[in-house]
Amino acid sequence: MTVLDDLRPRLGRRLLTGPAELAVFGCDALTAFYERPAAVVLVESADEVVAVVRACHREGVPFVARGSGTSLSGGSLPIGGGVVIALNRLDRVLSVDPDARTAVVEPGVINLDVSRAALPHGLMYCPDPSSQSVCTIGGNLAFNSGGAHCLRHGMTANHVLGIRAVLPDGELVELGGDSVEPLGPDVAGMFCGSEGLFGIALEVTVRLVAVAEATHTALAVYDSLEQAGDAVARIVAAGLLPVAMEIMDALAIEAAEASVKPNYPKGAALLIVELEGERGVVDADAAALRELLRASGAGEVVATEDPDARALIWKGRKSAFSAVGWLAPDYIVQDGVVPRTRLGEALAEIGRMGAAAGIRVANVFHAGDGNLHPLILFDGREPGMLERAEALAGDILRLCIRLGGSITGEHGVGVEKREYLPLMFTPADLELMRRLRRAVDPAELANRGKMLAVA
Amino acid sequence: MAAVAVDDVEALRDAVRCGPRVLPAGGATKPALSAPPAEDVVALDVSGLRGIVEYDPAELTLTARAGTPVAELDGALAEHGQYLPFDAPLVAAGATIGGVIASGTSGPGALRYGTVRDFVIGVRMVDGTGELVCGGGRVVKNAAGFDLPKLMVGSMGRLGVMVEVSLKVFPRPRAAATVAFELGGLEPALAALAVLARGPVELDALELEPPARIVVRLAGDPEPLAARVARVAALVGAPGEELDATVWADAAAFAWMAPATRLVRVALTLRGVAALQAALAAAGARARYSNAANVAWIAWPGDCPLAVLDATLRELRLPGVALTGAPGRPLLGDRRGGAFLDRLRTALDPDGRFAEL
Repeated sequence: MTVLDDLRPRLGRRLLTGPAELAVFGCDALTAFYERPAAVVLVESADEVVAVVRACHREGVPFVARGSGTSLSGGSLPIGGGVVIALNRLDRVLSVDPDARTAVVEPGVINLDVSRAALPHGLMYCPDPSSQSVCTIGGNLAFNSGGAHCLRHGMTANHVLGIRAVLPDGELVELGGDSVEPLGPDVAGMFCGSEGLFGIALEVTVRLVAVAEATHTALAVYDSLEQAGDAVARIVAAGLLPVAMEIMDALAIEAAEASVKPNYPKGAALLIVELEGERGVVDADAAALRELLRASGAGEVVATEDPDARALIWKGRKSAFSAVGWLAPDYIVQDGVVPRTRLGEALAEIGRMGAAAGIRVANVFHAGDGNLHPLILFDGREPGMLERAEALAGDILRLCIRLGGSITGEHGVGVEKREYLPLMFTPADLELMRRLRRAVDPAELANRGKMLAVA
Repeated sequence: MAAVAVDDVEALRDAVRCGPRVLPAGGATKPALSAPPAEDVVALDVSGLRGIVEYDPAELTLTARAGTPVAELDGALAEHGQYLPFDAPLVAAGATIGGVIASGTSGPGALRYGTVRDFVIGVRMVDGTGELVCGGGRVVKNAAGFDLPKLMVGSMGRLGVMVEVSLKVFPRPRAAATVAFELGGLEPALAALAVLARGPVELDALELEPPARIVVRLAGDPEPLAARVARVAALVGAPGEELDATVWADAAAFAWMAPATRLVRVALTLRGVAALQAALAAAGARARYSNAANVAWIAWPGDCPLAVLDATLRELRLPGVALTGAPGRPLLGDRRGGAFLDRLRTALDPDGRFAEL
């Protein structure tokens, strides 16, 4: 290892090169992929990030920025022989401006900690990936993470206003600012979701919103997924704008009950609808929602405004991915999107495809915005099962594209869905993406091999 | 140089590939951005690329050709009780959806659900090599590929020519109420603005008419509106004056601007208002602030060079853009994006076929 030798006196024991130390950084939450990096640097300042990036650039060594390693698409998978820049120690909330409703944070700040810092001012940070208690803002930004509340609030890119970033050759840039109104080409928006290919965010200015005065969470059970999907369509048609609409099927409910015991009402499908806003407005909307759910053929309907009860409902929903570990030794989680009016069709087809393949598929998804998360359950110890599960996952993504959707709603392309990107984009589209990438990073050092195959 | 009109994509691709450099124009309501700034640049009239391509109200999305007037979209959406919440200005004057995106302009309603950047989900465009390329898609949630739709926001026709765009839409509120408060001075007006921006009443618009007047719009179901207006008045601690909706049509048309002034848009936060106001007063310029003072709309006197404003904005570290008046270098003040934007530009327009940024 020579690339970082110059930095060894400065980094000391925070430069990891021993095999045992490196082993834990070999993969992220997509554990099917593993690569051994040459070194991991536990940086403690933005200056150190810049120094490491410049050293990598000088030596032509690829690097990967990593937060908590929760990527489900292999977004922070190391590059064999490359450097991992671990940003977890850059975890300061630098400032909160209650009047402008913004916060400036370092990339290693945990998502939920932004809201914790904002809460004393009656403010919060909206994007809420299921992993929000561990995932970091830098990773959220790089992969334009979503969450259950995107329906009304949008994704991470809608909440990032300004970015101080280091480009892959070490040049520093200021993108966007602190106003919610961008001016000039929206380069901060372009940097978000670029999966680390354009460099590393060092400081992020995020938008905060006022904590809602009232939050109303309703649960409704149905005899079928189709009925639950129909209820979502009715809510949209009635002109209500909930902050979240989520559906779980029987298998996902079973998994949640087996792990965190949210005590959901029993049924073939569960719909979670959340309203938030002013007291009077939420009360009126909740009454309308109750009528809509009744008319949609719901069995039991439960509603609550109790914070603890609400927290348990969301804990059950947000732990669904890990909870399926109770049902099968291995699983693949997919992240396809379909137009919301075609959800019923998509779910029926996924059911048929799973049955034909002899593979169980649990469904938990953001129904309000058509973002599916089929959990494909299998036992990797059985010969050929991983391949069959992957084949089914691929078929589901093709289905999403056929219905006019996307291969990823919020997890990003990473290494996992790279081969599916040409399903969505033409050769000309992909050529422009490569040109953009190479214009910013000619040597393709930053997060090489994610989203786009290396030339 | 005369304008070249294109009404199909192939003609547009040809125009980008050969001949003089091009600058697209839709409704030409922001002439400082759409009129050719140099002798060797020709205006490309794309208003013929018009019409709604796909609109399913149940989907809450809409796809339209970039030259479609926003008024046409508003009409189609209103039939189904929906709207574009970012509330684009200059719609009555003929603003097109492509022009609104390229100029990055939103109106007072952006306060509630976000600006135009938060509603653009897909784009088809011709890049500087004449290729027709797509970014994003037609679904509301999508993390595949680089976010070209966002890059087009504020791109001023200098990074690509939009052909078709896809947008999120939302249910339209059934009723609205408008109230103005006189606060006696800039400082108390800013204080009231800060209080209101932090809730709990969800406002649909929050504007500052300096020095001392704030204008608030509430929207939603008709029944609770009166009680909500009363809550706002209690938060401000002053009685409000109810106004009718014509104030918003006037704001969207910039009816308050004196003749022979130039419209300049500046991005800022509440914190920057006092210093900007002082500088503008010294130059005899008027301004209004929108979206809880995240944007300033300045009427700059026609007889005062824009260079003066440019220098002021630099000093205040604020970015701005001139929207009306003679074309020139549109960006003023603090420039953002640096090397990143420069590099993106070389990829999108390697041969310099578009007007310079």
